[in-house]
Amino acid sequence: MLLLFLVVVGLAVVLTRDLLKATMLFAIYSLTIAGLFALLDAGDVALTEAAVGAGISTVLILAVLALTPRFETTKAGHSLPALVIVTITGAALVYASLDLPQFGDPANPVHQHVGPYYIEQTYADMGIPNMVAAVLASYRSIDTMGEAVVILTAGLGVYALLATRPRRRDKGDR
Amino acid sequence: MKDNAILVVVARFLIPLMMLFGLYVQFHGEYSPGGGFQAGVLFAAGWILFVFIYGLETGLRIIPERVIYALACLGVLLYGLIGLLGSLLGGHYLDFSVLLPAPRAAQQAGIILVELGVGITVASVVMLFFLLFARRRAEAEAEGLPLVDPLDEDESRREPRP
Repeated sequence: MLLLFLVVVGLAVVLTRDLLKATMLFAIYSLTIAGLFALLDAGDVALTEAAVGAGISTVLILAVLALTPRFETTKAGHSLPALVIVTITGAALVYASLDLPQFGDPANPVHQHVGPYYIEQTYADMGIPNMVAAVLASYRSIDTMGEAVVILTAGLGVYALLATRPRRRDKGDR
Repeated sequence: MKDNAILVVVARFLIPLMMLFGLYVQFHGEYSPGGGFQAGVLFAAGWILFVFIYGLETGLRIIPERVIYALACLGVLLYGLIGLLGSLLGGHYLDFSVLLPAPRAAQQAGIILVELGVGITVASVVMLFFLLFARRRAEAEAEGLPLVDPLDEDESRREPRP
């Protein structure tokens, strides 16, 4: 049911030319995905999706929309090669998904690697019940440091692009 | 938007709760879903809501721009220094178990400190994003650049005026 809703909202985002409406629909889309994650017992991811996807990115897109026109400019006609490429890629992805292992099967490759170690040893190693926090901050600490650096770099990039004053229009006259 | 009584009352009620929930998600992250990333976003969202109501200048009086820049770097620095502390005390880089005599307590301390670093960086970078975009709009308005009202329903005026 939620997946169906997701498809409907996704189609609406593609079809609308009103960017403000598309932003709001994207927020609904993120919130629905967050609900799906919560149904799969992935509380950490659900919280992140709700806070970042539905909350902050919507606000940031709105801040960008304050600088741009509200409506998309449309070009007449559609590109046929684009349609062909998208159809082939979609068909290939659907075909590949048939080869995916059974959902939730304990014999899946993803459950054979380091997962069991984390599940069995986290409490003995750290004494904390949230395995996600333990994996993120301790077992895979260097990855998380990389993420923090990525966020700082993103901040620096936006600063470099936007922190200058806009050029005065009358500059050329002088 | 200071004139809209409903918005002001609701925001005054919500902002402390958002900040409190941010702190909860930050420091309760080992026991319940959460961690530095989500907490940073929640904290920044509280500040952004404040800016919506009271304006950017008041928001920057609470947390000046220089402080935001400094905090963004300090968060990553805190993360790296905790890691360095681990290797100075005889373990590997980012090995928390040598930080305190009891390895479990040391792991927990390391996780909390590292997540705090992530939270500080995320919160300040999100605030920075919003600050830069919002100020760009204000500056463009002050410079008299062609702008459209984002809430303008009329499609015929969707192009920026020349």
